[in-house]
Amino acid sequence: MTLTKAQIIEEISSKDGFTKKNSIEIVETLLDIIKSTLESGDDVLISGFGKFCVKEKKERRGRNPATGDDMMLSARKVVTFKCSSKLRDMING
Amino acid sequence: MNKLELIAMLKNECRLSKKETAIIVDLFFDSMSEALARGERVEIRGLCSFCVKEYESYKGRNPKTGERVQVAPKNLPFFKCGKELKERVDY
Repeated sequence: MTLTKAQIIEEISSKDGFTKKNSIEIVETLLDIIKSTLESGDDVLISGFGKFCVKEKKERRGRNPATGDDMMLSARKVVTFKCSSKLRDMING
Repeated sequence: MNKLELIAMLKNECRLSKKETAIIVDLFFDSMSEALARGERVEIRGLCSFCVKEYESYKGRNPKTGERVQVAPKNLPFFKCGKELKERVDY
């Protein structure tokens, strides 16, 4: 089983006061705030869940695993996730 | 940005009460935590996906003291960045 956005929206709209349309809008806005924040280079810390961080990677020499060719990988930004100890305990509980 | 700031921003954009917004944000992250706790995958298109990875026991070192220790087997959430987020962060 995979939990998807649709199921989360379903769960929110099952709560009083939120229509399906409303819930979709709220979740999409929530996701957009998270993405825009990360896009601006700021980290997003959700206590009890984890921290989404933006990391700057330096340029490095890599290899194309399919052909074995040497290549230069350019400097880039990537998103990493650090799991909170609470979530970690839940998963190992 | 922390959860409180996220709630405040969402509250303003969606014209909700602070209480309602907090409920939704908690529901959003709690349902992901609960799915992972059940060993399920989570996939939020455009943002990220998570699966639970099982790690076996291994011999590690305490980085502070250099002492050799046996690390117990564990499960950890494995994060994979979504395509849209990846492209937006690294433009």
